[in-house]
Amino acid sequence: MEWNFLAAIGRVALRFMRSVGHLSLFTVQSFKHIVLPPFYLRLFLKQLMFIGYYSLPVVGMTALFTGMVLALQIYVGSSRFNAESAVATIVVIGLTRELAPVLSGLMVAGRVGAAIAAEIGTMRVTEQIDALVTLSTNPYKYLVAPRILAGMITLPMLVLVGDIVGVSGGYLVATESLGFNASGYIKNTFDYLEARDVISGLVKASVFGGIITLMGCYHGFNSSGGAQGVGRATTNAVVSSFILILISDYFLTVMLLK
Amino acid sequence: MPMSGNAKISLKNVKKSFGNKHVLNGLNIDIAEGESVVVIGGSGTGKSVMLKCILGLLEPEEGEIFIDGQQLVGARPSVQEKALRNTGMLFQYAALFDSLPVWENVAFGLIQAHGMERGAAKHIAIEKLALVGLDADMAHHSPADLSVGMQKRVGLARAIATDPEIIFFDEPTTGLDPIMGDVIDNLIRDCTKHLGASTLTISHDMESAQKIADKIALIYKGGVVWMGPADEIDHCGNPYVEQFVRGDINGPIELDILKP
Ligand SMILES: Nc1ncnc2c1ncn2[C@@H]1O[C@H](COP(=O)(O)OP(=O)(O)O)[C@@H](O)[C@H]1O
Ligand SMILES: [Mg+2]
Repeated sequence: MEWNFLAAIGRVALRFMRSVGHLSLFTVQSFKHIVLPPFYLRLFLKQLMFIGYYSLPVVGMTALFTGMVLALQIYVGSSRFNAESAVATIVVIGLTRELAPVLSGLMVAGRVGAAIAAEIGTMRVTEQIDALVTLSTNPYKYLVAPRILAGMITLPMLVLVGDIVGVSGGYLVATESLGFNASGYIKNTFDYLEARDVISGLVKASVFGGIITLMGCYHGFNSSGGAQGVGRATTNAVVSSFILILISDYFLTVMLLK
Repeated sequence: MPMSGNAKISLKNVKKSFGNKHVLNGLNIDIAEGESVVVIGGSGTGKSVMLKCILGLLEPEEGEIFIDGQQLVGARPSVQEKALRNTGMLFQYAALFDSLPVWENVAFGLIQAHGMERGAAKHIAIEKLALVGLDADMAHHSPADLSVGMQKRVGLARAIATDPEIIFFDEPTTGLDPIMGDVIDNLIRDCTKHLGASTLTISHDMESAQKIADKIALIYKGGVVWMGPADEIDHCGNPYVEQFVRGDINGPIELDILKP
């Protein structure tokens, strides 16, 4: 009985190790093809548009309402010990260091990660990836590299936009409904803001962009079994992106605090 | 075994299984330069798997595969890539890129692998589409808008677009009407006759097989049970071949169905 139990744990552990190994190889292959020529500029630009430009509305909406609600909640807390003047500072630091990158990452994972997994997964099960190989085209270079590179470059840009929109949302709520003085709020926003607050958020965003696109490509690439398999790949891509974003966020925060 | 030394493509004792399902069981086949070989056999006997092994899309557990004398099983990716650079493949379900219009599908190999300029490649793509009976209006459609038979013909145009030395056709005429089937048969014949390509075609259609083939091979249970000149197939005396050609349920070929 106990042996069965131990064997089951062993099996799960082995399966986990195998997935980790598999994913590591995939990651190495992908990054190798990001740095080695030839480069597919046309495909890269297309992904920049798809991952970056078309995610602007989602990221903008998320940041706007997050900034607004943040101003309200922090006002509630800070007014309990007469520290209302800290609202602007905490809103901008909370957004740039943490909320804009993480929430944008999660939103983009839902939008882009799922789409990548579905597209590449369909290409796998309809043998389009095999067809690429027979046409002397490396699928890592053609499909994976442009997406990962575009993800790592566009996510920080999206987050920068999110920072600005989010702070504006906080400003609107503070001045319109909490009675803050406009120039005082703006002064407090920028006086205590350090470059590293913004930069650490952008570094996180780049890592999240890599995670989202890598997971989308990996699960799509390894999908099998028709429409059902593609559905499974899509779900796995989104769920694993979410989990990896949250876990890596903690470790990145620890590293970037130093 | 005839001329394994100077064969264009040669498979020796190739074995491939999925789990405990043995699909290829020591398969041997040779294709000489400029020769057209047609492989026939029941569905699910591993014909498509054989092509994928040759193309390096699947790795056999055992055996050797030679192209131009270069052994490919277990070879480095760069060696495989080089050996397969001059091949074309028509997939059984066409496998067209649905993110690209029809002409870019056909021109893909010219642009990506041969570095041809897009305008020139498009010109050739439209010529190849004409060869398979599709007019220039079709060039800008998405493959998803085409019927299965038309997709198959686009796949064929894509396979021959770069005038490769070796071409594989997986069931080229399945799903086509008899007249278009005849056009495609002639086209495949022309590839070997005029371009000197070596071709390996999978077919279910005996009539078309005899029209295309220099040699015909019958696959059964993961191996070649008969291979010979196309004109000998009607009186070869092999019981498997005779049963397959007659389309008879009674004979040495075991079927996984209940006989009435
Ligand atoms: N990737 C795969 N994984 C598992 N089984 C496969 C795979 N590809 C093919 N098979 C199995 O191998 C057998 C032969 O398939 P195939 O070569 O496609 O047959 P056909 O001779 O009709 O082309 C089938 O039973 C199929 O289920
Ligand atoms: Mg098949």
